[in-house]
Amino acid sequence: MSNRLLVATRKGLFAFERSNRKGKPSWVIQQTSFLADNVTLVLPDARDGSVYAALDHGHFGVKLHRSADGGVHWQECAVPVYPPKPEDLEEPAPEGATSYPWSLKLVWALEAGGLDQPDALWCGTLPGGLFRSNDRGESWTLVRSLWDRPERMEWFGGGEDYPGIHSICVDPRDSQRVTLGVSCGGVWVTQDGGKTWACRASGMWAAYMPPERKDDPNIQDPHCVVQCAANPDVLWAQHHNGIFRSTDGAASWQEVKSTPSSFGFAVAVHPADPDTAWFVPGISDEKRIPVDGKVVVSRTRDGGNTFEVLRKGLPQEHAYDLTFRHALDVDETGDRLAFGSTTGSLWISEDQGDTWQQIMSHLPPVYCVRFR
Amino acid sequence: MVQVTFTPNIQRHVTCPPREVVGKTVREVLDSIFAVNERARGYVLDDQGALRKHMMIFVDSRPIRDRVRLTDLVPESAEVYVMQALSGG
Repeated sequence: MSNRLLVATRKGLFAFERSNRKGKPSWVIQQTSFLADNVTLVLPDARDGSVYAALDHGHFGVKLHRSADGGVHWQECAVPVYPPKPEDLEEPAPEGATSYPWSLKLVWALEAGGLDQPDALWCGTLPGGLFRSNDRGESWTLVRSLWDRPERMEWFGGGEDYPGIHSICVDPRDSQRVTLGVSCGGVWVTQDGGKTWACRASGMWAAYMPPERKDDPNIQDPHCVVQCAANPDVLWAQHHNGIFRSTDGAASWQEVKSTPSSFGFAVAVHPADPDTAWFVPGISDEKRIPVDGKVVVSRTRDGGNTFEVLRKGLPQEHAYDLTFRHALDVDETGDRLAFGSTTGSLWISEDQGDTWQQIMSHLPPVYCVRFR
Repeated sequence: MVQVTFTPNIQRHVTCPPREVVGKTVREVLDSIFAVNERARGYVLDDQGALRKHMMIFVDSRPIRDRVRLTDLVPESAEVYVMQALSGG
């Protein structure tokens, strides 16, 4: 069971700790870091206990910090740096821009390498570069084998001006096998630690494209991709216009229909049960608010054939919370879940979502929650 | 004739039914549309007549290149899709 939860927000990083008060579980803020700063992502690295925090200072750029003592002290480490853009390169500019920048805009994904690679980190960024560190963030290298793929020229921004990598799944059986979610560039898989890549979004479809291009794997918008730890061939994707599941390591995807809606950003999969997954739905891409003003979590226990709507302990009247893609997490047992919202609410469940406890209602906008 | 189809997302704000129009460039095609649906102009183009930042136009499945002057050529019998770009969220 995880008794500690890290919550990255627009105005700081908050570490919550669980305690028992008169026999009732209570989650309280035990530590605050980077107060007033924009913490876009947090990674607790289970391999050595380090915690990484990505910050976006706006005026002063994107930064990365590491803590060896659970967030008491922080040390700034390196950020991914793009190589100079070749002057003669003709690269299509995103909508409304005059050129495609080779420059770090945002750390949008940060994941630990495998257990056999204790110092390795993967970092997904806007504008679409994947970076690798072999020294715990002291230095980074752009993964050119993906960046130089001609298909990247077809990627475009989803919710941002530029495309970006927001999901990185390292296969626990084989750390050479890594799956990426790209908005908007589909799902990409390497089997050899990043030497070669293949786009694996067959079965996904895009409602936002002309009909003849809706099945193009390379322009799909998976908002978030997660992988079952016990059965890594099973992946779940909350996509821009639906929910998709793969049972063959992303070789193919099948759409499933959730209730009360299939739109959202976040998804979590049970670490031991590949058929159990959770989502935080909104109405649709045009209306990014909860259906009927009621915050709910949808859960499937049968691989997406059916969904339950979980609402006990969640606000059911005039609630307009939206949950971003990194703001839902499940702990290593699969029993505890947490999610945060754009309007600063934080909920935790200790029974797989059957009931929820509101922990906070006035946090800054929540970008990322991670059990530690 | 050029077949023009608008994203379903815009219909909530201004009705833009599919239309068949004449035009050799994206600008001419859109002007033909706006001649009978003036209100749609401000939803697709900005106040300087350029394509809005988070809109996309596809001509026969390919995104147009000139988003400011809209000079991309439109073949006869082309299919034009006016879509919202996901960069806008």
